[in-house]
Amino acid sequence: MNSTSEVTHSPASGNAGVRLVTPQETQAIVAKSLRRRYWAERRFRAYGAAAVLLGVLFVLFLFTTIFSNGVGAFQQAQIQLDVFYDPELIDPAGTRAADDLAVADYGAILRASLQKEFPEVAGRRDKRELARLLSSSAPFVLQERVQANPALIGTRDTLWVIASDAVDLMKKEKIDRSLPAEQRPLSDQQLAWFDALTERGDLELKFNRTFFTTGDSRDPENAGVWGAVMGSVFMLLLTLLLSFPIGVATAIYLEEFAPRNRWTDLVEVNINNLAAVPSIVFGLLGLAVFINFFGLPRSAPLVGALVLTLLTLPTIIIASRAAIKSVPPSIREAALGMGASKIQTVAHHVLPLALPGMLTGTIIGMARALGESAPLLMIGMVAFIVDVPQGFTDPSTVLPVQIYLWSDSPERGFVEKTSGAIIVLLAFLVVMNAAAVILRNKFEKRW
Amino acid sequence: MASVQTERTSTPRAGARQPAVSLVTERGKTVGTTAVENAIFKCQDVNVHYGDKHAIKDVTIEIARNQVLAMIGPSGCGKSTFLRCLNRMNDTIPTARVTGTITLDGQDIHDKRQDVVQLRARVGMVFQKPNPFPKSIYENVAYGPRIHGLAGDRVELDEIVHTSLQRAGLWDEVKDRLGQPGTSLSGGQQQRLCIARTIAVNPEVILMDEPCSALDPIATARIEDLMEELRQSYAICIVTHSMQQAARVSQRTAYFHLGDLIEVGETDRIFTNPRHKLTEDYITGRFG
Repeated sequence: MNSTSEVTHSPASGNAGVRLVTPQETQAIVAKSLRRRYWAERRFRAYGAAAVLLGVLFVLFLFTTIFSNGVGAFQQAQIQLDVFYDPELIDPAGTRAADDLAVADYGAILRASLQKEFPEVAGRRDKRELARLLSSSAPFVLQERVQANPALIGTRDTLWVIASDAVDLMKKEKIDRSLPAEQRPLSDQQLAWFDALTERGDLELKFNRTFFTTGDSRDPENAGVWGAVMGSVFMLLLTLLLSFPIGVATAIYLEEFAPRNRWTDLVEVNINNLAAVPSIVFGLLGLAVFINFFGLPRSAPLVGALVLTLLTLPTIIIASRAAIKSVPPSIREAALGMGASKIQTVAHHVLPLALPGMLTGTIIGMARALGESAPLLMIGMVAFIVDVPQGFTDPSTVLPVQIYLWSDSPERGFVEKTSGAIIVLLAFLVVMNAAAVILRNKFEKRW
Repeated sequence: MASVQTERTSTPRAGARQPAVSLVTERGKTVGTTAVENAIFKCQDVNVHYGDKHAIKDVTIEIARNQVLAMIGPSGCGKSTFLRCLNRMNDTIPTARVTGTITLDGQDIHDKRQDVVQLRARVGMVFQKPNPFPKSIYENVAYGPRIHGLAGDRVELDEIVHTSLQRAGLWDEVKDRLGQPGTSLSGGQQQRLCIARTIAVNPEVILMDEPCSALDPIATARIEDLMEELRQSYAICIVTHSMQQAARVSQRTAYFHLGDLIEVGETDRIFTNPRHKLTEDYITGRFG
């Protein structure tokens, strides 16, 4: 190549037909093109900056919306009541039998306490209206306390109990009080009690423990994400335990041990294709294979994990293979030349160097698995489940599906719960990825 | 693997200037004495094919104990390929096919009973580019003894590491920082670390594939001194592009050309009185 360029540019070439370009002319041509070249670069940079800015703005908008909507879910209106654990109502027989304590009418105690706050209220209808200020779950707080400590019976106590959904929304000013009474969830009378309670300091927004400790509910004020969080935890834990070892082992086998032939090519093509299969197809596969054929329980994190393992495996395998490929061959040769066996070479040298890349692939796969909802709909994880799952085979739902369910609920109170659950999901994702990144950086010792 | 292929792609250059093949009067007939006293390796009619490419043609040579054998020749002549036959590193290349017999101490290295792991423990290798493991200096040297179970306890292992580094002439430079990564050393130190790592397994033969091509003259001189010392205990085969180096360090020299072993003999004789036209052309710098 050098020799040819010498020939055309050398004045001694003797090729009289070609007019030779002088260095000055060359410089002039170069100088002319410079402006255009720099302009192209500046334009490209401007495009890039604009794209980034646009992206940041959209993310900001998204986060502002989610947070402004969702922050309300972390608070809940509660009413302070002077409670008298009336022995007549709880345990008229005085036996303190556990069965009696479990079925006692705690609602009546709360109603009595509330009526004491408003002694002027008379008549069945008004009393019922007043009682509706409290959540339907409020009596359970009393029940739990009494069951835990029967000695409370006959004593007095000051308690904060959960207010109803309508009171909650009114307290958060999510309901326009200037609306006509029939369009409001609170009647004029209830609104008056609401204002009176607020004035006395007996109605406050408190931290919403319910949201973080309970499962789903039909009443927004009693609904919590904990069931979905635990469902996600169980499912992802199992997904990780299944997909990481299988994915890494597959990658190592394909990259280091498998012969190159038509069969391994076929396997490779299919792995790449699987990465592009829509996730709902995996859900159908899970339904057909794991539930119908193997008879595993429906709505269980176990089946969810199996489906998501199928979903994440291609990602992990592809990333792991790339990581293994990027280990310099000189390291393998050095180990083999020392007399290390193939498996020793892989275990002692290739794997430690490839591990950070493998973990990156796993993080991506797990993040995808956490946000996946479509395949889980197919295997029944979309059910309304109140109980917090205790194990891998308990019926449960997961965060994205919970968000989907709540976003579909007609009650006004679920709007903020939906955004609240999204915040929890994002926090879950951040915690999970941060843990993975810390783990990866620990392994990523660059020598 | 990569190095072999790069060499091979550049093959036509040497051939283009010198229609050399025609000068090899008889295929497989090597000029000079291929047999030696006290031979450790005996290679008979070794052929290597990479797919369709015939990389090594009927090479017959013996390698003696306590001697340095230098293999010289233009790029792509197959000297590295031949070196990699001796510890069966060519096994790692799927397309490579080796025929002929190579015996180590009378034992065929391609025999079913010959374990390749054991063979590589007996025949150590130092590569062109220093390739210490991404581990500490200590771990680099201790790795071989550890996988082969050569040291009974930590004290013995320390002793092996110490001796190996000392014999490789690296001990004084690294004794205070054995825990530091091997890759933090300079190129010459890294290559000596690789040599220390190789001799820690106590092999019988050390193969060196252009060990000094990435090093400066001072580091090269240190490695050459080291080879002279190591020769007392080991048989050494070195592939080199530097004829001066071959002349300095080796007792015997083999000249390869396009897969043929053209000439082999005492180094002094080869460099002063080459018998084959190709050898003469190469060492006088007419090509290569």
